[in-house]
Amino acid sequence: MIKGRIVKKGTVEGEALVSKNPLSFFGGVDPKTGTIISKDSDIYGKSMSGKILVFPYGKGSTVGSYTLLRLKKEGKNPLAIINEESEPIVCVGAIISDIPMVDKIDISGISTGDTIKIDGENVEIIKKQ
Amino acid sequence: MYLTKENQEIYDGERGEVLQKAMEILVALGNIYKAKDFVPVSSAQIAGVSYKNLGKPGTEFLEWWVEHGAKVKSFSTLNPAGIDLERAEELGFSNEFSEKQRHVVELYEKMGIVPTCTCTPYEIGNLPKYGDHVAWSESSAVSFVNTYIGARTNREGGPSALASSIIGKTPRYKFHLDEPRLANLVFNVTAPMRTEADFGALGVLAGKESKNNVPYFSSLPPMRQTDFKQLGAAMAAFGSVALYHVDRQTPEARTKKMVKENSEKYVIETLKPAYDILNTGGDKIDFVSIGCPHSSLEEIIHIAMMLKGKKVAIPTWITTSRAISYMAQTYGYKDIIEKSGAKIISDTCMVVSPIEGFGFETVATNSAKGCSYLHSWCNVETRFGDIKACLSASMSGRWKQ
Repeated sequence: MIKGRIVKKGTVEGEALVSKNPLSFFGGVDPKTGTIISKDSDIYGKSMSGKILVFPYGKGSTVGSYTLLRLKKEGKNPLAIINEESEPIVCVGAIISDIPMVDKIDISGISTGDTIKIDGENVEIIKKQ
Repeated sequence: MYLTKENQEIYDGERGEVLQKAMEILVALGNIYKAKDFVPVSSAQIAGVSYKNLGKPGTEFLEWWVEHGAKVKSFSTLNPAGIDLERAEELGFSNEFSEKQRHVVELYEKMGIVPTCTCTPYEIGNLPKYGDHVAWSESSAVSFVNTYIGARTNREGGPSALASSIIGKTPRYKFHLDEPRLANLVFNVTAPMRTEADFGALGVLAGKESKNNVPYFSSLPPMRQTDFKQLGAAMAAFGSVALYHVDRQTPEARTKKMVKENSEKYVIETLKPAYDILNTGGDKIDFVSIGCPHSSLEEIIHIAMMLKGKKVAIPTWITTSRAISYMAQTYGYKDIIEKSGAKIISDTCMVVSPIEGFGFETVATNSAKGCSYLHSWCNVETRFGDIKACLSASMSGRWKQ
């Protein structure tokens, strides 16, 4: 169990989708499907819908908050977000869209496919067999 | 976070739903980033305007504020929309999209925000002074106002800039404080810096390396405003840079030591890796787009001089704010440009307008930031060079090295 910092409080369990690179929600994610469309992303073509999305921090345009809101309304939102160091755009997106989010987590120990349990500030990683 | 009696009442909903919701967003941010209190903001720049980005959910979010009587307290200007509000039909935007876009702009107007529809509000009257606290979104404008002016803003998202503007304050953390404004990595650029495109290319490399840190450039030649715009926009798009310093040029670097001890040092000897990333297309060009960030009057004058008496062979857009477009018209530069067949487009740009529907394969631009979004969001290939190279492509339809 590791402890992070709560950005948006929630309790959720799901499968991790991990990007080692920063992510731009505006322009980098299809707001209708949750698919990563940024070609220089290491998770290009993957969908964040229903996953626990793990990435170091957000980059790029400051309208990314609205992309999270759209994903939520379309039902294609990530179950939760984990960041190493959050920045306001993704934070506000998570807050207004009611998507649980935790930061201050060392993400180097998380791989795509691991099961993650988030309960408030507590994050449990169950490695994929 | 410390809340005054008044702020606590707002937070508790005693002053109505609108202020409460705005305060909730700000207090949430303040608590995450350990702000001690709030600081009044002298202006706001609100992003989240293009319908292409907002869609129905974003529009409904804005409708909620308007229906509940939200009004901004701070002087607030608006980011670009998805269309030229006066020339949408002529340019081929669908009526359906235009209608939805106009509705979004009207919602912001109803809240008291000036519908400037530009990413360069500092060119047309939203010009804070050194040391002012502001709440700006639009990553390129955030970088400009922090760096070139020395005003203080965090990288606000659209909703948090709106919330700050409604409350008239923002939580005091990070770039509102002194210490986080110090640079923690240093770039010594030995590559020759000739044009604005070189500064955009530098922004690609420095942005990727800097990530979300504050870079210091120790050795850049005298820069024009356009160079700052291209460098800052690229570092915000390819990294997450909200503030940088340039030795002997930016105001904070001219007055204080702005580098932390033991900052990591990098040398940039060549811009070639950036040009390789930005040049993905072939030599046949379908469309030329200049004005990301929006062109200044000075840039438009340069373009007019280059296009005078010439004809373009392919669609060529110079994007800017409506205010600058009117100035260009008043002083005769718009006529010169439009006689060549190129168009001065207001209110929008290549990043936020739905140009993927126009069937272009390769777009030429002088904006490194533009390339980043054209690749992913608009699904087109790019050629990248300075204004001269772009306008040469306008006239021939080909990209020449």
